[in-house]
Amino acid sequence: MNSTVLVNILRFIGLLALQVVVFNRLNMFGYLNPYPYILFIMLFPVNGNRAALLVSAFLLGLCVDMFADTSGPHAAASVVLAYLRRPFFKLTFGISFEYQTIKINDRLSPERFSFILICIVAHHLILYLLEAFDLGLIFSTLLTTLYSTIFTFIISIIIIYLIKPAKE
Amino acid sequence: MQQIINFLYKNSIFLLFLLLLGISLTFTIQSHSYHRSRAVTSANAVSGYVYEQINNVESYFSLREQNDALAYENARLQSLLYNTQDTANRPPVNIDAAFTDYKVIQSKVIANAYSRQENYFTIKSGYKAGVRKDMGVVSSLGVVGYIEQTSANYSTVISVLNTKFRLGAKIKKNNHFGTLTWNGKNTGYAQLRDVPRLATVNIGDTIVTGAESTIFPENIPIGTIHKVYQDKVTNYFTLDVRLFNDMTSLNYVYIVENKHRDEIIQLQEATTPAPK
Repeated sequence: MNSTVLVNILRFIGLLALQVVVFNRLNMFGYLNPYPYILFIMLFPVNGNRAALLVSAFLLGLCVDMFADTSGPHAAASVVLAYLRRPFFKLTFGISFEYQTIKINDRLSPERFSFILICIVAHHLILYLLEAFDLGLIFSTLLTTLYSTIFTFIISIIIIYLIKPAKE
Repeated sequence: MQQIINFLYKNSIFLLFLLLLGISLTFTIQSHSYHRSRAVTSANAVSGYVYEQINNVESYFSLREQNDALAYENARLQSLLYNTQDTANRPPVNIDAAFTDYKVIQSKVIANAYSRQENYFTIKSGYKAGVRKDMGVVSSLGVVGYIEQTSANYSTVISVLNTKFRLGAKIKKNNHFGTLTWNGKNTGYAQLRDVPRLATVNIGDTIVTGAESTIFPENIPIGTIHKVYQDKVTNYFTLDVRLFNDMTSLNYVYIVENKHRDEIIQLQEATTPAPK
Protein backbone atom coordinates (compact mmCIF):
# COMPACT_ATOMS: atom_id res chain seq x y z
CA MET A 1 0.00 0.00 0.00
CA ASN A 2 1.63 3.23 -1.09
CA SER A 3 1.15 6.69 0.33
CA THR A 4 -1.32 7.90 -2.35
CA VAL A 5 -3.78 5.16 -1.48
CA LEU A 6 -3.38 5.89 2.20
CA VAL A 7 -3.89 9.63 1.68
CA ASN A 8 -7.06 8.95 -0.27
CA ILE A 9 -8.47 6.58 2.32
CA LEU A 10 -7.79 9.16 5.04
CA ARG A 11 -9.35 11.84 2.87
CA PHE A 12 -12.45 9.66 2.36
CA ILE A 13 -12.91 9.14 6.08
CA GLY A 14 -11.99 12.70 7.03
CA LEU A 15 -14.31 14.39 4.56
CA LEU A 16 -17.16 12.01 5.39
CA ALA A 17 -16.77 12.69 9.12
CA LEU A 18 -16.56 16.45 8.51
CA GLN A 19 -19.68 16.31 6.33
CA VAL A 20 -21.72 14.34 8.85
CA VAL A 21 -20.59 16.06 12.04
CA VAL A 22 -20.34 19.65 10.83
CA PHE A 23 -21.69 20.50 7.40
CA ASN A 24 -24.91 18.46 7.39
CA ARG A 25 -26.00 20.35 10.48
CA LEU A 26 -25.40 23.93 9.38
CA ASN A 27 -28.81 24.54 7.76
CA MET A 28 -28.05 28.12 6.78
CA PHE A 29 -31.24 30.17 6.39
CA GLY A 30 -33.11 27.02 7.34
CA TYR A 31 -32.29 24.89 4.32
CA LEU A 32 -28.79 25.45 2.90
CA ASN A 33 -26.03 22.91 3.47
CA PRO A 34 -22.62 22.83 1.76
CA TYR A 35 -21.38 19.47 0.49
CA PRO A 36 -17.57 19.70 0.46
CA TYR A 37 -17.24 15.90 0.67
CA ILE A 38 -17.05 15.90 -3.15
CA LEU A 39 -13.54 17.29 -2.76
CA PHE A 40 -12.61 13.62 -2.44
CA ILE A 41 -13.69 13.03 -6.05
CA MET A 42 -12.09 16.24 -7.31
CA LEU A 43 -8.78 15.67 -5.55
CA PHE A 44 -8.51 12.00 -6.60
CA PRO A 45 -5.27 11.49 -8.57
CA VAL A 46 -5.71 12.51 -12.22
CA ASN A 47 -4.30 9.30 -13.61
CA GLY A 48 -5.64 7.12 -10.81
CA ASN A 49 -7.67 3.98 -11.31
CA ARG A 50 -11.04 5.05 -12.71
CA ALA A 51 -12.90 1.98 -11.49
CA ALA A 52 -11.61 2.59 -7.98
CA LEU A 53 -12.75 6.21 -8.22
CA LEU A 54 -16.24 5.21 -9.38
CA VAL A 55 -16.69 2.62 -6.64
CA SER A 56 -15.31 4.82 -3.87
CA ALA A 57 -17.42 7.78 -5.04
CA PHE A 58 -20.49 5.54 -4.94
CA LEU A 59 -19.66 4.34 -1.43
CA LEU A 60 -18.97 7.88 -0.23
CA GLY A 61 -22.28 9.11 -1.64
CA LEU A 62 -24.11 6.16 -0.11
CA CYS A 63 -22.59 6.87 3.32
CA VAL A 64 -23.64 10.53 3.11
CA ASP A 65 -27.11 9.36 2.03
CA MET A 66 -27.31 7.05 5.00
CA PHE A 67 -26.46 9.79 7.47
CA ALA A 68 -28.61 12.43 5.82
CA ASP A 69 -31.58 10.04 5.43
CA THR A 70 -31.91 10.86 1.75
CA SER A 71 -31.58 7.38 0.21
CA GLY A 72 -29.97 7.68 -3.19
CA PRO A 73 -29.39 11.19 -4.57
CA HIS A 74 -25.94 11.71 -3.07
CA ALA A 75 -24.74 8.36 -4.40
CA ALA A 76 -26.13 9.07 -7.87
CA ALA A 77 -24.68 12.58 -8.05
CA SER A 78 -21.27 11.41 -6.81
CA VAL A 79 -21.10 8.57 -9.34
CA VAL A 80 -22.00 10.94 -12.18
CA LEU A 81 -19.39 13.43 -11.03
CA ALA A 82 -16.76 10.69 -10.79
CA TYR A 83 -17.58 9.62 -14.35
CA LEU A 84 -17.66 13.15 -15.77
CA ARG A 85 -14.40 14.15 -14.10
CA ARG A 86 -12.31 13.34 -17.19
CA PRO A 87 -14.42 15.45 -19.59
CA PHE A 88 -14.30 18.29 -17.08
CA PHE A 89 -10.53 18.00 -16.90
CA LYS A 90 -10.37 18.15 -20.68
CA LEU A 91 -12.67 21.15 -20.71
CA THR A 92 -10.72 23.21 -18.21
CA PHE A 93 -7.09 22.12 -18.57
CA GLY A 94 -7.08 21.41 -22.30
CA ILE A 95 -6.60 18.15 -24.17
CA SER A 96 -3.15 17.42 -22.82
CA PHE A 97 -4.15 17.19 -19.19
CA GLU A 98 -3.09 13.57 -18.95
CA TYR A 99 0.54 14.31 -19.67
CA GLN A 100 0.96 16.85 -16.98
CA THR A 101 0.96 15.97 -13.36
CA ILE A 102 -1.86 18.13 -12.18
CA LYS A 103 -2.53 18.45 -8.53
CA ILE A 104 -5.56 20.55 -7.87
CA ASN A 105 -4.44 21.51 -4.44
CA ASP A 106 -1.08 22.71 -5.73
CA ARG A 107 -1.86 26.32 -6.48
CA LEU A 108 -5.25 27.81 -7.26
CA SER A 109 -4.98 28.96 -10.86
CA PRO A 110 -8.01 30.09 -12.94
CA GLU A 111 -8.20 26.60 -14.52
CA ARG A 112 -8.40 24.96 -11.16
CA PHE A 113 -11.03 27.42 -10.01
CA SER A 114 -13.20 26.72 -13.05
CA PHE A 115 -12.70 22.96 -12.71
CA ILE A 116 -13.86 23.00 -9.11
CA LEU A 117 -16.80 25.22 -9.97
CA ILE A 118 -17.98 23.03 -12.88
CA CYS A 119 -17.72 19.91 -10.71
CA ILE A 120 -19.74 21.48 -7.90
CA VAL A 121 -22.44 22.78 -10.26
CA ALA A 122 -22.83 19.37 -11.95
CA HIS A 123 -22.96 17.50 -8.67
CA HIS A 124 -25.39 19.86 -6.95
CA LEU A 125 -27.71 20.10 -9.93
CA ILE A 126 -28.13 16.32 -10.08
CA LEU A 127 -28.34 16.10 -6.30
CA TYR A 128 -31.10 18.65 -5.88
CA LEU A 129 -33.08 17.48 -8.92
CA LEU A 130 -33.12 13.93 -7.56
CA GLU A 131 -33.83 15.09 -4.03
CA ALA A 132 -36.84 17.20 -5.01
CA PHE A 133 -37.91 14.68 -7.71
CA ASP A 134 -40.59 17.05 -8.86
CA LEU A 135 -40.40 19.18 -12.01
CA GLY A 136 -43.07 21.44 -10.56
CA LEU A 137 -40.48 22.64 -8.07
CA ILE A 138 -37.84 23.23 -10.77
CA PHE A 139 -37.47 26.93 -10.07
CA SER A 140 -36.87 26.62 -6.34
CA THR A 141 -34.62 23.60 -7.02
CA LEU A 142 -32.44 25.66 -9.37
CA LEU A 143 -32.31 28.50 -6.88
CA THR A 144 -31.25 26.13 -4.08
CA THR A 145 -28.61 24.68 -6.42
CA LEU A 146 -27.23 28.15 -7.09
CA TYR A 147 -27.02 29.19 -3.43
CA SER A 148 -25.67 25.85 -2.33
CA THR A 149 -23.05 25.87 -5.10
CA ILE A 150 -21.73 29.22 -3.91
CA PHE A 151 -21.68 27.94 -0.34
CA THR A 152 -19.89 24.68 -1.20
CA PHE A 153 -17.44 26.52 -3.45
CA ILE A 154 -16.36 28.89 -0.68
CA ILE A 155 -16.05 26.08 1.86
CA SER A 156 -14.11 23.90 -0.61
CA ILE A 157 -11.60 26.65 -1.37
CA ILE A 158 -11.10 27.21 2.35
CA ILE A 159 -10.59 23.49 2.96
CA ILE A 160 -8.10 23.23 0.07
CA TYR A 161 -6.12 26.13 1.53
CA LEU A 162 -6.23 24.60 4.98
CA ILE A 163 -5.17 21.07 4.05
CA LYS A 164 -2.68 22.13 1.39
CA PRO A 165 0.20 19.94 2.46
CA ALA A 166 3.51 21.62 3.05
CA LYS A 167 5.31 18.83 1.28
CA GLU A 168 3.67 16.28 -0.95
CA MET B 1 -17.55 -14.36 -28.11
CA GLN B 2 -14.16 -12.75 -28.42
CA GLN B 3 -15.81 -9.56 -29.59
CA ILE B 4 -18.23 -9.52 -26.69
CA ILE B 5 -15.38 -9.88 -24.23
CA ASN B 6 -13.45 -7.17 -26.05
CA PHE B 7 -16.47 -4.91 -25.95
CA LEU B 8 -17.00 -5.53 -22.25
CA TYR B 9 -13.35 -4.93 -21.53
CA LYS B 10 -13.18 -1.73 -23.55
CA ASN B 11 -16.30 -0.28 -21.99
CA SER B 12 -15.81 -1.69 -18.52
CA ILE B 13 -15.61 1.75 -16.91
CA PHE B 14 -18.77 2.91 -18.65
CA LEU B 15 -20.61 -0.28 -17.68
CA LEU B 16 -19.47 0.04 -14.08
CA PHE B 17 -20.71 3.63 -14.14
CA LEU B 18 -24.09 2.52 -15.48
CA LEU B 19 -24.37 -0.21 -12.86
CA LEU B 20 -23.61 2.11 -9.93
CA LEU B 21 -25.85 4.84 -11.33
CA GLY B 22 -28.62 2.29 -11.77
CA ILE B 23 -28.34 1.14 -8.16
CA SER B 24 -28.43 4.66 -6.76
CA LEU B 25 -31.31 5.73 -9.03
CA THR B 26 -33.26 2.65 -7.90
CA PHE B 27 -32.78 3.72 -4.29
CA THR B 28 -33.86 7.24 -5.13
CA ILE B 29 -36.99 6.29 -7.03
CA GLN B 30 -37.91 3.75 -4.37
CA SER B 31 -37.63 6.37 -1.64
CA HIS B 32 -39.97 8.73 -3.48
CA SER B 33 -42.71 6.18 -3.99
CA TYR B 34 -45.35 6.50 -1.34
CA HIS B 35 -45.90 2.85 -0.52
CA ARG B 36 -42.36 1.58 -0.30
CA SER B 37 -39.97 2.05 2.57
CA ARG B 38 -36.54 3.41 1.84
CA ALA B 39 -33.56 1.11 1.37
CA VAL B 40 -30.95 3.33 3.01
CA THR B 41 -31.87 4.95 6.32
CA SER B 42 -30.06 6.25 9.37
CA ALA B 43 -31.80 3.64 11.55
CA ASN B 44 -28.77 1.38 11.75
CA ALA B 45 -26.09 0.69 14.29
CA VAL B 46 -23.35 2.81 12.67
CA SER B 47 -25.16 6.09 12.03
CA GLY B 48 -27.27 5.64 15.14
CA TYR B 49 -24.15 5.35 17.25
CA VAL B 50 -22.52 8.39 15.62
CA TYR B 51 -25.63 10.52 16.03
CA GLU B 52 -26.03 9.40 19.64
CA GLN B 53 -22.47 10.48 20.44
CA ILE B 54 -22.98 13.85 18.78
CA ASN B 55 -26.25 14.28 20.63
CA ASN B 56 -24.64 13.38 23.95
CA VAL B 57 -22.29 16.30 23.57
CA GLU B 58 -24.85 18.65 22.12
CA SER B 59 -27.55 18.08 24.73
CA TYR B 60 -25.40 19.85 27.33
CA PHE B 61 -25.87 23.09 25.48
CA SER B 62 -29.65 23.01 25.73
CA LEU B 63 -30.06 21.87 29.34
CA ARG B 64 -31.54 25.18 30.41
CA GLU B 65 -34.19 25.12 27.66
CA GLN B 66 -34.99 21.49 28.45
CA ASN B 67 -35.47 22.33 32.13
CA ASP B 68 -37.74 25.21 31.25
CA ALA B 69 -39.81 23.01 28.94
CA LEU B 70 -40.15 20.31 31.61
CA ALA B 71 -41.08 22.85 34.30
CA TYR B 72 -43.67 24.30 31.95
CA GLU B 73 -45.16 20.88 31.27
CA ASN B 74 -45.20 20.10 35.00
CA ALA B 75 -47.02 23.34 35.70
CA ARG B 76 -49.60 22.50 33.05
CA LEU B 77 -50.15 18.99 34.44
CA GLN B 78 -50.38 20.33 38.00
CA SER B 79 -52.96 22.88 37.02
CA LEU B 80 -54.96 20.02 35.50
CA LEU B 81 -54.61 18.11 38.75
CA TYR B 82 -55.67 20.98 41.01
CA ASN B 83 -58.62 21.89 38.86
CA THR B 84 -60.07 18.38 38.90
CA GLN B 85 -62.76 18.27 41.53
CA ASP B 86 -62.71 16.01 44.56
CA THR B 87 -59.79 13.91 43.50
CA ALA B 88 -59.02 13.17 47.16
CA ASN B 89 -62.44 11.73 47.88
CA ARG B 90 -62.70 9.60 44.80
CA PRO B 91 -61.68 5.97 45.20
CA PRO B 92 -58.57 5.18 43.17
CA VAL B 93 -59.45 3.67 39.81
CA ASN B 94 -57.12 0.93 38.74
CA ILE B 95 -57.37 0.30 35.05
CA ASP B 96 -56.07 -3.09 34.11
CA ALA B 97 -53.28 -2.92 31.54
CA ALA B 98 -55.25 -5.19 29.22
CA PHE B 99 -58.01 -2.61 28.88
CA THR B 100 -55.92 0.43 28.07
CA ASP B 101 -55.78 1.49 24.46
CA TYR B 102 -52.47 3.27 24.27
CA LYS B 103 -48.98 2.62 25.50
CA VAL B 104 -46.38 5.38 25.67
CA ILE B 105 -42.63 4.94 25.25
CA GLN B 106 -40.29 7.78 26.11
CA SER B 107 -37.47 8.56 23.68
CA LYS B 108 -35.13 11.23 22.43
CA VAL B 109 -34.40 12.74 19.01
CA ILE B 110 -30.74 12.28 18.12
CA ALA B 111 -30.72 13.61 14.56
CA ASN B 112 -33.19 16.01 12.97
CA ALA B 113 -33.56 17.28 9.41
CA TYR B 114 -35.85 19.99 8.09
CA SER B 115 -34.09 21.45 5.06
CA ARG B 116 -35.55 19.16 2.38
CA GLN B 117 -38.92 18.23 0.95
CA GLU B 118 -38.88 14.82 2.58
CA ASN B 119 -37.54 15.10 6.07
CA TYR B 120 -36.90 12.31 8.53
CA PHE B 121 -35.47 12.33 12.02
CA THR B 122 -33.82 9.61 14.06
CA ILE B 123 -34.74 8.64 17.62
CA LYS B 124 -32.92 6.63 20.26
CA SER B 125 -35.35 3.70 20.60
CA GLY B 126 -35.72 0.67 18.36
CA TYR B 127 -37.60 -2.61 18.35
CA LYS B 128 -35.83 -3.67 21.52
CA ALA B 129 -37.79 -0.93 23.31
CA GLY B 130 -41.01 -2.06 21.63
CA VAL B 131 -41.07 0.49 18.83
CA ARG B 132 -42.76 -0.69 15.62
CA LYS B 133 -43.49 0.79 12.22
CA ASP B 134 -46.40 3.27 12.09
CA MET B 135 -46.48 4.24 15.74
CA GLY B 136 -47.20 7.87 16.45
CA VAL B 137 -44.54 10.23 17.78
CA VAL B 138 -45.56 13.26 19.84
CA SER B 139 -43.74 15.80 21.96
CA SER B 140 -45.14 17.62 24.99
CA LEU B 141 -46.50 20.24 22.59
CA GLY B 142 -48.12 18.01 19.99
CA VAL B 143 -47.72 15.74 16.97
CA VAL B 144 -44.26 15.48 15.37
CA GLY B 145 -44.48 12.41 13.09
CA TYR B 146 -44.75 8.63 12.90
CA ILE B 147 -42.24 5.78 12.86
CA GLU B 148 -40.98 4.71 9.47
CA GLN B 149 -38.29 2.12 10.11
CA THR B 150 -36.74 0.53 13.17
CA SER B 151 -33.46 -1.19 13.93
CA ALA B 152 -32.45 -2.79 17.24
CA ASN B 153 -31.79 0.48 19.06
CA TYR B 154 -32.84 3.28 16.71
CA SER B 155 -35.78 4.30 14.56
CA THR B 156 -36.37 6.79 11.79
CA VAL B 157 -39.48 8.95 11.94
CA ILE B 158 -41.39 10.59 9.06
CA SER B 159 -41.54 14.17 10.25
CA VAL B 160 -44.65 16.36 9.90
CA LEU B 161 -42.33 18.33 7.61
CA ASN B 162 -42.35 15.62 4.94
CA THR B 163 -44.39 15.92 1.76
CA LYS B 164 -45.26 12.21 2.18
CA PHE B 165 -46.77 12.80 5.63
CA ARG B 166 -50.57 12.30 5.88
CA LEU B 167 -52.66 12.55 9.01
CA GLY B 168 -56.39 12.78 9.64
CA ALA B 169 -56.97 15.92 11.69
CA LYS B 170 -59.94 18.03 12.69
CA ILE B 171 -60.88 21.47 13.93
CA LYS B 172 -61.30 21.04 17.67
CA LYS B 173 -64.29 23.36 17.98
CA ASN B 174 -66.65 21.83 15.43
CA ASN B 175 -65.12 18.44 14.58
CA HIS B 176 -64.78 19.07 10.83
CA PHE B 177 -62.20 16.73 9.34
CA GLY B 178 -59.35 17.36 6.95
CA THR B 179 -56.02 15.84 5.96
CA LEU B 180 -52.84 17.31 7.39
CA THR B 181 -50.01 17.55 4.83
CA TRP B 182 -46.98 19.73 4.27
CA ASN B 183 -46.31 21.70 1.07
CA GLY B 184 -42.53 21.70 1.55
CA LYS B 185 -42.15 25.43 2.01
CA ASN B 186 -42.16 26.78 5.54
CA THR B 187 -40.99 24.74 8.53
CA GLY B 188 -43.39 26.54 10.89
CA TYR B 189 -46.60 25.74 9.00
CA ALA B 190 -48.42 22.65 7.75
CA GLN B 191 -51.56 22.49 5.61
CA LEU B 192 -54.94 21.04 6.48
CA ARG B 193 -56.58 20.09 3.16
CA ASP B 194 -60.07 19.09 2.12
CA VAL B 195 -61.95 20.84 4.89
CA PRO B 196 -65.62 21.03 3.78
CA ARG B 197 -66.96 24.44 2.78
CA LEU B 198 -69.73 24.38 5.35
CA ALA B 199 -67.23 24.32 8.20
CA THR B 200 -66.85 27.61 10.00
CA VAL B 201 -63.14 28.29 10.23
CA ASN B 202 -61.69 31.15 12.23
CA ILE B 203 -58.08 32.19 12.38
CA GLY B 204 -56.66 31.03 15.69
CA ASP B 205 -58.84 27.90 16.04
CA THR B 206 -57.02 24.84 17.34
CA ILE B 207 -56.37 21.82 15.09
CA VAL B 208 -56.12 18.40 16.80
CA THR B 209 -55.76 14.80 15.62
CA GLY B 210 -58.96 13.18 14.42
CA ALA B 211 -60.75 10.13 15.73
CA GLU B 212 -60.30 8.03 12.60
CA SER B 213 -56.52 7.94 12.89
CA THR B 214 -55.26 4.48 13.85
CA ILE B 215 -51.87 5.90 14.76
CA PHE B 216 -52.61 8.72 17.18
CA PRO B 217 -55.13 9.01 20.00
CA GLU B 218 -57.85 11.60 19.41
CA ASN B 219 -57.40 15.25 20.42
CA ILE B 220 -53.63 15.53 20.41
CA PRO B 221 -52.85 19.17 19.62
CA ILE B 222 -51.25 20.02 16.26
CA GLY B 223 -51.46 23.77 15.77
CA THR B 224 -53.68 26.77 15.19
CA ILE B 225 -55.25 28.08 11.99
CA HIS B 226 -53.10 30.80 10.49
CA LYS B 227 -54.61 31.44 7.07
CA VAL B 228 -57.59 30.17 5.08
CA TYR B 229 -57.58 29.47 1.32
CA GLN B 230 -60.25 28.11 -0.94
CA ASP B 231 -59.12 25.42 -3.35
CA LYS B 232 -60.09 26.59 -6.84
CA VAL B 233 -60.63 23.09 -8.22
CA THR B 234 -62.44 21.27 -5.44
CA ASN B 235 -63.88 24.25 -3.58
CA TYR B 236 -62.70 22.77 -0.31
CA PHE B 237 -60.88 24.89 2.25
CA THR B 238 -57.13 24.59 2.66
CA LEU B 239 -55.88 25.92 5.97
CA ASP B 240 -52.38 27.00 6.86
CA VAL B 241 -51.75 25.55 10.32
CA ARG B 242 -49.18 27.14 12.56
CA LEU B 243 -47.58 24.18 14.35
CA PHE B 244 -47.28 24.18 18.15
CA ASN B 245 -43.97 22.36 17.84
CA ASP B 246 -40.86 24.08 16.65
CA MET B 247 -39.85 21.25 14.31
CA THR B 248 -36.34 22.63 13.96
CA SER B 249 -35.52 21.95 17.61
CA LEU B 250 -36.90 18.66 18.86
CA ASN B 251 -35.55 16.87 21.89
CA TYR B 252 -37.57 14.53 24.11
CA VAL B 253 -40.48 12.79 22.40
CA TYR B 254 -43.04 10.13 23.26
CA ILE B 255 -43.93 7.21 21.06
CA VAL B 256 -47.59 6.28 21.21
CA GLU B 257 -48.65 2.73 20.48
CA ASN B 258 -52.27 2.03 19.67
CA LYS B 259 -52.75 -1.50 20.96
CA HIS B 260 -55.79 -2.10 18.80
CA ARG B 261 -54.28 -0.86 15.54
CA ASP B 262 -53.80 -4.32 14.03
CA GLU B 263 -57.33 -5.28 14.96
CA ILE B 264 -58.79 -2.11 13.41
CA ILE B 265 -56.79 -2.53 10.21
CA GLN B 266 -57.70 -6.21 9.92
CA LEU B 267 -61.35 -5.35 10.32
CA GLN B 268 -61.16 -2.56 7.76
CA GLU B 269 -59.38 -4.78 5.27
CA ALA B 270 -61.90 -7.55 5.75
CA THR B 271 -64.76 -5.12 5.18
CA THR B 272 -63.53 -3.29 2.09
CA PRO B 273 -63.08 -5.55 -0.95
CA ALA B 274 -59.51 -5.68 -2.21
CA PRO B 275 -58.94 -3.33 -5.18
CA LYS B 276 -58.38 -5.12 -8.45
